[in-house]
Amino acid sequence: MSTYFTNDHEWIQVEGDTATVGITDYAQAQLGDVVFVELPETGKTLAKGDEAAVVESVKAASEVYAPLDGEIIEGNEVLVDEPAKVNEEPEAGAWFFKMKLANTAQLEELMSADDYKAFVDSL
Amino acid sequence: MSMNTQGRPTAPAGAALGEQRKTFTGNRALDMEEPLLFELGHWNICGVDLDEPEEFSPRLGNHARQSEIALPAFTEPETMRHYVRLSRMNYAIDAGLYPLGSCTMKHNPRLNEKLARLAGFADLHPLQPVSTASGAYELIDMLAEWLMQLTGTTAVAMSPKAGAHGEQCGMMAIKQALLARGEQRSIVLVPESAHGTNPATAALIGYKVVAVPARDDGTVDPQAVADKLKEHEGEVAALMLTNPNTCGLFEPQVVEIANLIHEAGAYFYCDGANFNAIVGKARPGDLGIDAMHINLHKTFSTPHGGGGPGSGPVVLSQRLAPFAPLPFIRRTDEGLELVENTSQLVEGEQPFGRMTAFHGQMGMFVRALAYMLSHGSDGLQQASEDAVLNANYVRVGLQDLMSLPYGEKPCMHEVLFDDTFLKDTGVTTLDFAKAMIDEGYHPMTMYFPLVVHGAMLIEPTESESRASLDLFVATLRDLVISAKEGDTSRFEGAPFHAPRRRLDETAAARKPLLKWTAPTAG
Amino acid sequence: MRYLPLSDNDRAAMMARIGIDGIDELFADIPQDKRIKALESLPKRKTELEVERLLSRMAAKNSAAGDQPFFVGAGAYKHHVPATVDHLIQRSEFLTSYTPYQPEITQGTLQALFEFQTQVAELTGMDVANASMYDGSTGTAEAVLMAHRVTRKKKAVISGGLHPQYREVVEGISAQLPGASVVALPADPYGTEDILAQIDDDTSCVVVQSPSFYGQLIDLKPIAEKAHDHKALLIAVFTEVVSLGLIESPGVQGADIVVGEGQSIGNALNFGGPYVGLFATRQKYVRNMPGRVCGETVDAEGKRGFVLTLSTREQHIRRDKATSNICTNSGLCALAFSIHMTMLGGLGLNKLARINHHNAVKLADALGAVEGVEVLNKAFFNEFTIKVPADANDVIEALAVNGVLGGVPVSRLLPDQPDVAQLITVAATETNTQDDIDAYAAALKEVLA
Repeated sequence: MSTYFTNDHEWIQVEGDTATVGITDYAQAQLGDVVFVELPETGKTLAKGDEAAVVESVKAASEVYAPLDGEIIEGNEVLVDEPAKVNEEPEAGAWFFKMKLANTAQLEELMSADDYKAFVDSL
Repeated sequence: MSMNTQGRPTAPAGAALGEQRKTFTGNRALDMEEPLLFELGHWNICGVDLDEPEEFSPRLGNHARQSEIALPAFTEPETMRHYVRLSRMNYAIDAGLYPLGSCTMKHNPRLNEKLARLAGFADLHPLQPVSTASGAYELIDMLAEWLMQLTGTTAVAMSPKAGAHGEQCGMMAIKQALLARGEQRSIVLVPESAHGTNPATAALIGYKVVAVPARDDGTVDPQAVADKLKEHEGEVAALMLTNPNTCGLFEPQVVEIANLIHEAGAYFYCDGANFNAIVGKARPGDLGIDAMHINLHKTFSTPHGGGGPGSGPVVLSQRLAPFAPLPFIRRTDEGLELVENTSQLVEGEQPFGRMTAFHGQMGMFVRALAYMLSHGSDGLQQASEDAVLNANYVRVGLQDLMSLPYGEKPCMHEVLFDDTFLKDTGVTTLDFAKAMIDEGYHPMTMYFPLVVHGAMLIEPTESESRASLDLFVATLRDLVISAKEGDTSRFEGAPFHAPRRRLDETAAARKPLLKWTAPTAG
Repeated sequence: MRYLPLSDNDRAAMMARIGIDGIDELFADIPQDKRIKALESLPKRKTELEVERLLSRMAAKNSAAGDQPFFVGAGAYKHHVPATVDHLIQRSEFLTSYTPYQPEITQGTLQALFEFQTQVAELTGMDVANASMYDGSTGTAEAVLMAHRVTRKKKAVISGGLHPQYREVVEGISAQLPGASVVALPADPYGTEDILAQIDDDTSCVVVQSPSFYGQLIDLKPIAEKAHDHKALLIAVFTEVVSLGLIESPGVQGADIVVGEGQSIGNALNFGGPYVGLFATRQKYVRNMPGRVCGETVDAEGKRGFVLTLSTREQHIRRDKATSNICTNSGLCALAFSIHMTMLGGLGLNKLARINHHNAVKLADALGAVEGVEVLNKAFFNEFTIKVPADANDVIEALAVNGVLGGVPVSRLLPDQPDVAQLITVAATETNTQDDIDAYAAALKEVLA
C-alpha cells in the first residue's frame, strides 16, 4: 500500500487497483470549517482531472478532482452527515471516495509524500 | 415656608456609574429583544377586520384545503411593535454612512416613495386595457429616453427585474444577434475582477466562461483580451466588463478593448453597477458598449429595501436594438404603442423572447424618474462628481495608513484597499470590519473583488457631507492605529455593542435551520 | 441641489486636500475625446413641487383600479392591504438597508426573512422556502432550472393552464441551455388536458398551475405520482397566493417545488412590479434551491440570531457554477407579504379566501345569467373564464367605455390562437361589492345587446 499526492492537495492511497482519495491536512486548513460535502455517484466513470466531489466551507466551495482515470466504487457517506470530520481527520477517516483505477501507470505522474511536503513548503 | 418634600436629585452627581448590569428582560433600554412571531402570536385570531361571508355553496370541487394553516396572527398594535422592534436591529442609510462598495448606498428621497404610491401608478393593473393606462406607458417611455440619453444608446429593454436579470437580458440579446447572423459562439470572456453575477449569468445561458487576467494596476490589458480572442478565434460571443471596474478604476483602454471585441465579431457587455461614477461625464455608448444594465436601485436611488426589489433596464446599441425582448413600447406618429406579443411585430423587430411577466418594475421606474427629474442633467453630473470627490477624499485621508493595492492614484466613486497594512497585527479584514460596527458604521464591502488580498471596498456616495466624511476618516485612522499598536482586543471579539455578537455561520451552514418549528413536548 | 450636502466651499477645500485643481483631474482615465461637458438634450433640475406636478399629471391619465368596478386578474390581483403594512415597510431601517451581509447589525431584516420563510413553507405545505425571487414568472423559470439540476435531465413538460407569459419566460431560458427542451401543451381553458400522457423517462419536470390561468382547479396528486414514477419533479405554480387559504396545499398533493406570485398579500398592483416570487421545496433539495436563504444560529454569547446561509450556492462564491445568478431579490416586497400575512394569520387567510371565493361565485352566477355568456369553470377559486358571443377584446374595450374593467381577453396573451378569441378571464376579490358585480352584469348585457 502506498500513498500519493497531487498539487490540487489531494491524497491517494492505493491498494492493488483500488484508490482511496481525500484532501490533505493543508487543504482543510486553507478551506476553514467544512460545512458540506457532495460525493460522486457510485458507478460513475471519471477521467483524470474531472470534477468528482465538492467540498464547501461557509464562504468557499472547491472541487475535488479525480486524480486518476477510473470508476467510483464508493463515496464516504459519513461526510454527508458530519462534514466537520474533514477538518478533524482529513488524511484518515475523512476520505472522500474510492475508485477502481483504469490505468495504474498514471500513478507515476503523482507526487510522493516528500515531494508534496516540499510543494506545500514552497507555497 | 412650605416645602415640597417630593424634590429629587436631577443630576447624576454622587451616583456611582458602576458596571453594566444584566437586565431581567435581556433588553438594554432602547435595545430590545424580540421573540419570533410564532412565539408571540395568537393562534386563534385575525388581526385584519374581515366580515364573515354569508352562507353559500362553495364551488371548489374536491379541492378544498384539508390541511391546517398553522400560522399565528397579531393584532394591529402588536404588529406595529413587533416590526418596529425588529427594525431597530437594522443599520440603514438613513441612520449612518453605509460605505458598501459596488452597492451605491445613497440617499433615498421620500418624494419618490410618495409618487410611486399615487393611485394612478400603484393601483394600476399590468393587463388592464392599454387605453386606460396611457400615462404609465408615457412614464416608461420618458424614463427610457433619459436612460438612452445618459448612456448614448439607441434602445433600452425595460423589463429586467434587477441587475443580474438585466445581464441575462443583455446576454440573451447578444446570443440572439449571433443566431440572426447564423453563428453559434460558445465563449464569454470575463475579467477576474468581475462581479460574481457576470460569470454566473454567462454560465446560466449556456456559455463557457474564460477568465481574462487583471493587470498589476487592476485594469484589463487589451493585449490579454486580444490573446484570448486569438486563442478562441471565432468562438467568443462577448466580453463582460464592469466599467468603472470593481477596483474602483475606470478602464483607460476601454475603447481599444471595445474595438478588439468588435473586430472579432463579438459584442461588448458592460456591467453598469458602477455607473454612478460617470453619469454626465461619459456615455457608455460612445465607449463602444453594446449592452449595459443599469441598476436603478444603485445609480438612481430606488431603495435597497433590505435586499430588493431592484430594477435592471438594459440599454442597447444599434446592433442589438432589434433583439430587445417583449414587451416594449414603439414610438409611432400616432403616439406610443405597446408591443407585447409576436403578432404585433413589424419588420426588423426580432425579440429574443420575454424576461418576465408584465412590464418590469414600474414602481421602481416612477422612483427613478422622479430622481432624474429632480436632479436634472446638471444635478446628475454634480452627483457623479461629488461621489468621485468623496471617494478620493476618503482615499487621501487614509492612504498613508492603509494600503492601496494599485498605488496613490485617483479612484472613481469607490476606493479599494487591501489588507497589507494589517500584516503582522493579528487583525484580519473581517475583524477590522466588525470593529467598525462598534463605531457606528456599516462596514465596507469585504473580500471583494477577489483580485486583491483581504479587499476593503469603500463607496461613500455623494450623499455624505464633508463633516460626515471627516469623522469616518478619523474613525478609520483610529482603528488602524489601534491595530498597528497591537490593541487586538478592540477587534477580536468585535462587535461588542451591536444587537448580536459574531454569529456562528459554520453551525448555520452545517445543519441549516431555515424555518421555525414548534417545540416538541418534553 | 437638495440631495447633495457638499457646498462649493467644501468642494474647493476637498480638492485642495486631494491636491487637484479641478474635478476633471479625477476623471483623467476617461479618454479625452469621449468626455462630455454637459447633457444638453436633457432638462435641468426641478423643485420637489415641479416633479410632483409633472408625475401626478401622468398618473392622472391612468384609470386606477379603484376608480371603477374592477375584475382584472390573470396573474396580478387587487386586494386590500392594511395601512400598517405600507407604514412599516417605509421605516428607514427596512427601506434603506441592504442585503444583510453584516448579520450583527441586520437582525431585523434577517428575523423578518426567517419568519417569511416559515410562513411560505407552511402555506405551500413544503419543508423549506427561500427568501424570495423577483416574481412568480422568473421564479417558475428558476424552478425548471433547479429541476434540471436535481434530475440531471432537461425536458420540461408544461401544462396549457400555465400563465402564457410564465411559459414564455421558461421557454426563453430553456432555449439558452444546450440540450434543454420544453413540451408546452396547448391552451387548456376547460382544464381537461391529458398531461399524464406527456410524462416519460426523459422528463425532468412537469409544470402545472393551479388555480390555472383560466381559473381551473387541478388535481395535482396523480400528476405528482406519474412524475415520481419517471423520476421527474412536479413544479406546482400559483399566481394567486390567497387561493392557498382555501385550496389544498401543493405540498400535501405531492409537489416537489412550489413557486408562485406573492403580490396579492401585502403588495399593490404596481402595473406589474415590483412583486415577490415565493419559492419552496423539499428538504432534500435545499442545496439545489436558488436564491438567498436565512438560517438560525447563535452568536458568540449563545444568543439566538439569524444569518444568510448556504451562500456557497450563490453567484458571489460559485460564480459560473452558481445555482442561479440572482443577487438582489425582492426583500421589501417579501417584508410586506410577511407583515400582511402576520396580521391575517392562518385563520384570517382562510377567511379572506372564503370572501374572495364567495364574491367570485356571485360574479359567475351574475355573468352566467347574461344571455350568450358561458362560464367555463365548474370549480374555481376567485377567477374563472367566460366565453362571450363576440370578440373578447372588443367586449373588454366596450366595457371600459362603460366604466367597468371586466377582465383580460385571453387573446391579448395568446393572439395567434383563434379558439380563445372569445374568452375572458375574470377575477373577483374582497374589494368587489355587490354593486360592482351588478354593474358588471348590467354593462355586459348592454355591450352584448
